[in-house]
Amino acid sequence: MNRNYELMFIVRPDMVDEDLNKLISTLESSVTTAGGTAKSEVWGKRRLAYRVGRFNDGIFVLMMIEATGAVVHEVERRLRVTEPVIKFLTVRTDEELKRLDKIKKIRDSKKKASATPAPVAAPVTPATPEAGTETPASAPV
Amino acid sequence: MAEETKTPSARVGSSGGESRPERSERPERSGPRGPRPGGGPGGPREGGRKYFRRKKVCKFCVEKIEAVNYKDVRLLAQFVAESGKITPRRLTGVCTPHQRRLSRAIKQARNIALLPFAGRAQ
Repeated sequence: MNRNYELMFIVRPDMVDEDLNKLISTLESSVTTAGGTAKSEVWGKRRLAYRVGRFNDGIFVLMMIEATGAVVHEVERRLRVTEPVIKFLTVRTDEELKRLDKIKKIRDSKKKASATPAPVAAPVTPATPEAGTETPASAPV
Repeated sequence: MAEETKTPSARVGSSGGESRPERSERPERSGPRGPRPGGGPGGPREGGRKYFRRKKVCKFCVEKIEAVNYKDVRLLAQFVAESGKITPRRLTGVCTPHQRRLSRAIKQARNIALLPFAGRAQ
């Protein structure tokens, strides 16, 4: 019953790269040992929209986790305790992914249905079927 | 709620009485009508016009943006006023389901310090 989560956290800007990597690998390993997958991206230093703690900038890190809720709870607990982490936000994304998949499937099946007449008419009028499928996508100016 | 009927007294905003009934009767997805991009500088944002207002189309429906993520700050910042408040959909022309997702994404972005709660976004 693994769910997909996106965990974004902000680390204080004066943190060293190696410490940051160490922190990330500790968190990732805590997820994988509990039976899940984790992938992280470091966004780098960005200006914050408002002052958090004493800082106006922060290093943003995004982690994509696929695990159970208990594992994520544990990761969050660790983040709360870790001193350099100043803010974090967890978003559950599996419902959203499901919805997007569904929409994509519907769109793909629609495209296939409208694409079948195209190869027949292709040698005669190559422009028309293309225009027919393209007009809904491009808003006429 | 009395949102759909003509109750101009309930609204504090400066939109005229004529435009609101039009808006509620019009289908929310203006896609099948032949979308006219209402993009560009959406006129006076504070709604000074009373009678004529261009037919606004939902930017998300037209461009078929399905996922509104809290991470794309540039997209979200277009729907946030100078004061940091979320612009109402009668001014931006966004359709209801997209407005709900957009507002959720903006609030998430505010929580993670990507957008300010109040004041200009730098």
